[in-house]
Amino acid sequence: MFSIASIATMAACIFLFGLIFSMVINVRQMVKEAESGVTITVFFDEGISQDQIDKIGQEIQARPEVTKIKYVSAEEALQQYVDEYMNGSEEAAQGLGDDNPLANSANYEVYMDDISQQSELASYIESLDGVRQVNQSVLAANILSDFNRLAAYVAIAIMAILLGVAVFLISNTVRIGIAVRSDEIAIMKLIGASNHFINAPFIVEGIVIGMTGSIIPLVILYFLYNKIVTYILGHFVFLSDVINFVPAGHVFVYLVPVSLILGAGIGFIGSQITIHRHMNV
Amino acid sequence: MIQLENVSKAYSAGAPALYQVSLDVDDGEFVFIVGPSGSGKSTLIKLLLKELEPTEGKIVVGGHDLSKIKKRQIPRYRRNIGFVFQDFRLLKDRTVYDNLAFAERATGASTRKIRSTVPKMLSMVGLAEKYRSMPDELSGGEQQRVAIARALINRPKLILADEPTGNLDMDNAWEIMRLLEKINRTGTTVLVVTHNLEIVSAMKKRVVRLKQGAIVDDEPAEV
Repeated sequence: MFSIASIATMAACIFLFGLIFSMVINVRQMVKEAESGVTITVFFDEGISQDQIDKIGQEIQARPEVTKIKYVSAEEALQQYVDEYMNGSEEAAQGLGDDNPLANSANYEVYMDDISQQSELASYIESLDGVRQVNQSVLAANILSDFNRLAAYVAIAIMAILLGVAVFLISNTVRIGIAVRSDEIAIMKLIGASNHFINAPFIVEGIVIGMTGSIIPLVILYFLYNKIVTYILGHFVFLSDVINFVPAGHVFVYLVPVSLILGAGIGFIGSQITIHRHMNV
Repeated sequence: MIQLENVSKAYSAGAPALYQVSLDVDDGEFVFIVGPSGSGKSTLIKLLLKELEPTEGKIVVGGHDLSKIKKRQIPRYRRNIGFVFQDFRLLKDRTVYDNLAFAERATGASTRKIRSTVPKMLSMVGLAEKYRSMPDELSGGEQQRVAIARALINRPKLILADEPTGNLDMDNAWEIMRLLEKINRTGTTVLVVTHNLEIVSAMKKRVVRLKQGAIVDDEPAEV
């Protein structure tokens, strides 16, 4: 009876853990996607040769945090300007004459995988020979980086509380088991049973409760996750353009082993705490 | 087999449960410990099982100085002692066979060894045919015989029996004492704590009398 109550509570804890885990993975994915759109723009000194520009490109590309760099020539920069500010009008563009006002605007767009390192990378690029100016989105970088960190902290805090509750409950169940079998334990002690022999059933009980309490919510979560994603994408069409949900397989490839290890670990720790407190051999 | 040198045990600031007790029990002896309630008999048994530590003095059992046995070594030490309780302490939800098998398995014995030992022990106490019975289906005397078989399962050199006849009628009490005497004749040292003075005087074994935590008389066996 107490075991069923423990399994149910454990299942509830792991269910919430799985829910938070899935949310965090998705939030991080969204932040990552947003981060990947934030770039550093690198402008060069006037009169710089193409060879020097290529060399700067190679040095930037060699940095581990850089995922991609894109060279934008002066002509392409002008075309971008025309597209953005003159609605792509060829006539208006011809009004600029043969002189390209953005002749010195050839640049590299630098993409990176961890936006928190943006400032450090910008300083490095500024120090390179031939670099005139580096533009970076400090605000965007900070907001995304902070949001990412905050999501991780909140998730860790909630999980820690849930895991603490689960350890307490399993420890309590094992304590009741010890009380119920106190006669048996007393006999075992007096006939010289090893501590391992006496303790093993309670440790196994804790681990079984923990693992059973993990498997049930994992199965429920797997179906629920797919249902929720399908529902959101089906009913909130505009969101499907903005949000890319992580596929269930990708979430569960981490969630399943983490939850099972967590369940077994909580069971083990919960039973060990009780054995240590209530079984003086 | 047992040496106590000036052993005292005090539970609190009050009078000690045992005070300056010295006792020698030789290998293969049969000794009764008698005395009124509160005389220190149970404390003596607990000290011998290393359930309690003496406040002072030295205890040696089977060559083991108990003060030198570490906590994790206690189970191994206790396997040298067979213990018989007044209330039998059999596991009610297991058969006679399983009660004995459980005791032997607890010490790490293999299933093959258990299968060979349990019938021998049951045969020794005259209950070979009852191996499938549940404890509740047995009489008090039979339950105590099962408990004695369990105490013998690891072939201990010493049997400690705490009021083994306390819950039995005279016929069954005699049966148990004769069984303990039979075990003693195989060379096993037997220490019996009892109130049953009729049996004690009839058996003519060594009798140690305790009163208020001290040995007041040590009567040798009549040959």
